[in-house]
Amino acid sequence: MADEGARAWHGRLSLGLLLAPALLWLGALVVLPHVDLAVLSLRQRVGPHAYVPSLAQYRTFFVEPLYWHVFLRTALMSIAATALTLLLAFPIAWVIAKVARGRASSLLFILCLIPFWVSETVRTLGWMILLRESGVLPSLLVKLGITAVPIELLYHDATILVGLIYTSLLFMVIPLISSLESLDNSLIEAAYDLGGGGFAILRTIVIPHAAPGITAGCIIVFMLTLGNYLTPTLLGGKNSQWFTEQIYTQFITRFNWEQGAAFGFLLLGLSTAMVMIGLTLTGQRFGDVMRRT
Amino acid sequence: MSTADLVADAVTKRFADHVAVDELSFSVARGSFFSILGPSGCGKTTLLRMIAGFIAPDAGDIAIGGRSMREVAPNRRPVNMVFQQLALFPMMSVGENVAFGLARRGIARAERTRRSHAMLERVGLAGASGKRVDELSGGQRQRVAIARSLVLEPTLLLLDEPLGALDLKLREHMKIELKQLQAAFGTTFVYITHDQSEALVLSDHVGVMSHGRFEQLGTPQDLYYRPQTPFVAGFVGANNRIVGRATGRNGHLIEITTKDGWIIHALGAGEVAVGGAVEAFVRPEVASLSRQRHELPVGQPAHEGQVQSVLFDGANSAVLLQETRTRREFRIALPQTGQFSDLKPQEGVCFSFDPARAVCFPARAGVVGEDG
Repeated sequence: MADEGARAWHGRLSLGLLLAPALLWLGALVVLPHVDLAVLSLRQRVGPHAYVPSLAQYRTFFVEPLYWHVFLRTALMSIAATALTLLLAFPIAWVIAKVARGRASSLLFILCLIPFWVSETVRTLGWMILLRESGVLPSLLVKLGITAVPIELLYHDATILVGLIYTSLLFMVIPLISSLESLDNSLIEAAYDLGGGGFAILRTIVIPHAAPGITAGCIIVFMLTLGNYLTPTLLGGKNSQWFTEQIYTQFITRFNWEQGAAFGFLLLGLSTAMVMIGLTLTGQRFGDVMRRT
Repeated sequence: MSTADLVADAVTKRFADHVAVDELSFSVARGSFFSILGPSGCGKTTLLRMIAGFIAPDAGDIAIGGRSMREVAPNRRPVNMVFQQLALFPMMSVGENVAFGLARRGIARAERTRRSHAMLERVGLAGASGKRVDELSGGQRQRVAIARSLVLEPTLLLLDEPLGALDLKLREHMKIELKQLQAAFGTTFVYITHDQSEALVLSDHVGVMSHGRFEQLGTPQDLYYRPQTPFVAGFVGANNRIVGRATGRNGHLIEITTKDGWIIHALGAGEVAVGGAVEAFVRPEVASLSRQRHELPVGQPAHEGQVQSVLFDGANSAVLLQETRTRREFRIALPQTGQFSDLKPQEGVCFSFDPARAVCFPARAGVVGEDG
């Protein structure tokens, strides 16, 4: 009996030790800061070193049109970026998973991966070199006679979208490839044999099968996009009006940590809500999606 | 003479430098059950996929229901296929699987449901419509796969070794069921398999395929009793194969002497020349076994051997002998009388067979016998 008890205790100890780094990571870098931020967001400064519990920060968000305007814009742009990324990534993943064979398939995948060997800042600066008024693309357009004078291609919403899609494409392609690879080719052939055309097969066989991969890709891309700071700031400039910039401004420029913390929680709430809505609309469960990809 | 539902005319398909299907011509009569039997790699799957339309022949033409299928896509052909792994759609219910093809034809939902229910009932799966595919047993899935194709009333139903994944007991059962389904629907079935028993039991006609060609095309009885090539004799049913030289001829009977001097007699098929290398085949059930030489059927040349092992398999029991002088293996089916139930290894026995029921062919070029 004592022996068995000791063994069970050993088992628990080794499990605990194995999990310790992950638990420390979660506790120190995720849970603690968020608890602190939650406390920060729920108080108001009434004098030097004097604070009272208050919902004033959240009230400010709803009262001040600029804040919720930027908030809504960030959400809608993120949804658009996610949808466009999906549309672009699906054919790429299809070719890699189903059309290309052997080495060609690996090569194509590596081509998708290569941009990520360069840091995001450098990649985004690369876009700026291409798109700014004195950059490569505007002068090319002038040379080709399409525009009379170089036009500024930076600081448009479309530019922000391009940058966001470029940054997140790989994170959509990977789950799509893995879900498409697991689709048995004979199912496609059977559907074809039973009279299905290309679109019918896509709608009735391929998309239902790839649904967990599509959902996983969309969740990842949406969260990355929503929380992105660098790309909207560099490519959108002053016009970008991304919500992460508001958070940055509150923390760094205005030194209003209470307001910044409240904005942070609002963004967290938004991404959680969007993921829940997405899962409900497609009739899937978070656990299934994460397990199957 | 009934009309042909499938006519293949000099159909050829090459992959790189390998000829998968080699100028194959045949026709399948309406309402019949036609099997293509061959070992893996003989080109039978390629042939089936050409009929279905997934690959195009390099040369020749395939006509289905009297219409050439050149340039006709698989989803426009009056052909449906039951896949090897069945390929039922796991994202749909049983009823939706069966109604899939009807939906693609633009048939209204109510009519689709009615027809798929009726079809499921005909294959003995009434009430399974709402079930998920993975809730069904192997045999039921098989029936759904067939129902999914037959509900479209194809001219031709192709079956790609659909029993391969089932266990033995279920396979035996499904064989009978397939035959009954085919009889009930009257649809022309084209069935490919490497299992000679499936081909023999199910088919009206069988094409035995090897290296992209039909070795022989005939009824199961033809293939079994009157093989025309050594490949068919060796592939269809169990057979003792004895390689030697033709050393004499008496009418149609050929005297065959093996390299180590065993002399047997068999009916010559094809151009058997005295002095040439031959392959002889003797079916295990053709030979008689006896402990005493005088008990063997009168007039048959007698041979002697030692029991090597007794292969008990109920009604298919056999004994494996070694011919006394040459130590060559010879298999003889045991009679059901129980007369040899006490046979022991190393026991000396006599055996004989009617030379008219054994067959020999000129040896195939490149096929090396056990003694070269």
